[in-house]
Amino acid sequence: MAEFLQFAFSGLTVGAIYALVALGFTLIYNASDVINFAQGEFVMLGGMVTVFAVAAGVPLPLAALLAVAVAVAVGVTLHRLAIEPARGASAVTLIIITIGASILLRGVAAVVFDKGFHSLPAFAGSEPWQIGGAAVLPQSLIVLVGAGAIVAMLWVFLTGTMLGKALIATSANRLAARLVGINTGAIVGLSFAVSAAIGAIGGILMTPITLTSYDVGTLLALKGFAAAMLGGMGNPIGAVLGGLLVGLLESFGAGYLSSQYKDAIAFLVILAVLFVMPHGLVGRAGVERV
Amino acid sequence: MQRLPKIMLAAASLWLTAGAAQAEIKLGSVLSVTGPASFLGDPEKRTLEIYVAELNAKGGINGQQIKLFVYDDGGDANKAKTFATRLAEEDKVDAMVGGSTTGTTMAMIPVFEDAGIPFISLAGAVQVVKPVKKWVFKTPHTDTMACEKIFEDLKKRNLTKIGMISGTDAFGKSMRDQCMTVTSKYGIEVLHEESYGPRDSDMTPQLTNIKNKAGIQAVINPGFGQGPAIVTRNYRQLGITVPLYQSHGVGSKQFIDLAGTAADGVRLPAAALLVADKLPDSDPQKKVVVDYKKTYEQKTGQPVSTFGGHMYDGLMILVEAMKRAKSADKAKVRDEIEKTRNFMGTAGVVNMSATDHLGLDLTAFRMLEIKNGDWSLVQ
Repeated sequence: MAEFLQFAFSGLTVGAIYALVALGFTLIYNASDVINFAQGEFVMLGGMVTVFAVAAGVPLPLAALLAVAVAVAVGVTLHRLAIEPARGASAVTLIIITIGASILLRGVAAVVFDKGFHSLPAFAGSEPWQIGGAAVLPQSLIVLVGAGAIVAMLWVFLTGTMLGKALIATSANRLAARLVGINTGAIVGLSFAVSAAIGAIGGILMTPITLTSYDVGTLLALKGFAAAMLGGMGNPIGAVLGGLLVGLLESFGAGYLSSQYKDAIAFLVILAVLFVMPHGLVGRAGVERV
Repeated sequence: MQRLPKIMLAAASLWLTAGAAQAEIKLGSVLSVTGPASFLGDPEKRTLEIYVAELNAKGGINGQQIKLFVYDDGGDANKAKTFATRLAEEDKVDAMVGGSTTGTTMAMIPVFEDAGIPFISLAGAVQVVKPVKKWVFKTPHTDTMACEKIFEDLKKRNLTKIGMISGTDAFGKSMRDQCMTVTSKYGIEVLHEESYGPRDSDMTPQLTNIKNKAGIQAVINPGFGQGPAIVTRNYRQLGITVPLYQSHGVGSKQFIDLAGTAADGVRLPAAALLVADKLPDSDPQKKVVVDYKKTYEQKTGQPVSTFGGHMYDGLMILVEAMKRAKSADKAKVRDEIEKTRNFMGTAGVVNMSATDHLGLDLTAFRMLEIKNGDWSLVQ
């Protein structure tokens, strides 16, 4: 039982980070049909900017705020300079643009920061807590609570504010949204800003546990994308569910079956699910509008 | 009329360099200065340039100045081979010190073997000199030796049943395999094995399994990069109490920075260079490593690394061989390199022979323990 809990906490912590990345994918996909492969780089920016700001003597909360601001600025710039001018291009073209942007961001980060690995001190100490025989780092709980809070805030934003509703409207039907006076271009820009902020916060929360470097984004984008597909592309609840599930699959795979094949196990299960439910766990079937 | 003197000057300088080239020793090097292995190639190149400049300032070898031909292969074995061919055929070098990685070294070996040029490699793997190749030597210790050093320490502490958690990257895999070949020699029994991907961010599931396996007396983690730091943190998080051994792959201050207080008590085999200042004065290696460390850190402003030390060793073995041969004749120099005895380098004492083109023994490694965020020697 103790080991089950240990695996579960490990899986949930990693899964919560995947979930945040998947959430970022989902938001931008909804607003613009673009799968933004630079999402992982937002996570990287969050971690790296915080690390370097703290090293320069900025207090942690301020450094974290700065990191989120930088990520949002990069996200908005990415939209203004790369996505917006290519408006009307096919989704595949836009996806290729985001892949290019992610390579660029990684390259710039390697030069501006460095190529080494970095860590942040844990926010609430590094003495593990014993929960039912499992040793859990306080930082793991902070990641889980933080991810939960972000999801809740996003929920309130989407359903309770005019802007959020405009975002949902844009994702439901862009033409109709434009007809009722929603500036869909600005809404897509907003989705990039929010996604970047979510990614950056994830990056800051995870750095004390997982360490960070200029190239952590690639793998996170891959895992987050898998999570989003598993949950059902375009569904925020699916994204969270998918992320946690991928994390749990990895840790249970490594713990109970074989650490050699844990990634393969996770991807096999994802493939199997997608064979049976092609639209993901909670995704809706795509309806071709005529 | 303005241009004529310039042309004459150019011609004159060309003639001059051509004349000087007669009396020069041409030393070639292909290093991974950029790319994924730049942490190897960069300090190696700096070391090479610092010491060649110093040798030239002192009058060169046997009265001949050294001319360097350095190429950057970016960690790419194909490029390395192309540059090796250029060194052999166009630059016509007298000797070669370089090859930062095992991959680039293996690609270059046929070129220098065919051309009959002495080649001192800086690559880690044992394949470079096993089986022995006529013209190829190497300076860094091997993974097997790191393992043997760990096993030796385990035996001293009467620990024989171990768990192993290794990275699936090239370094982790190779060292794990090498460890397995010498377990029986030291009577070590591996009770449980786990692995992790080089980019994994959480190893608690694997370590939980090791923790729950009864009878494990110590854990070894062959790995490189950030993986061992995370393993060390998770190890303490789970409260595992048996000793943890890391490999020489984490022999840098960065590991201690990343692992934090969790690194306390971790043991690892490492080159003496890492603890140069802590060696007792009676240690015969102290002078070499302290001098190298001082020179390197003064000239580059960067902390010393063992990789640059491998270049220092290679260059000095070559220089001494050339001095003994009293010429840069390739075959004579090769024979003299093979006769290297009691050479004190940063990696340890080198005693080469016709059957051993590495020449290091286990004393090359020091067993270190991390205490209060710093290295300390295990007596």
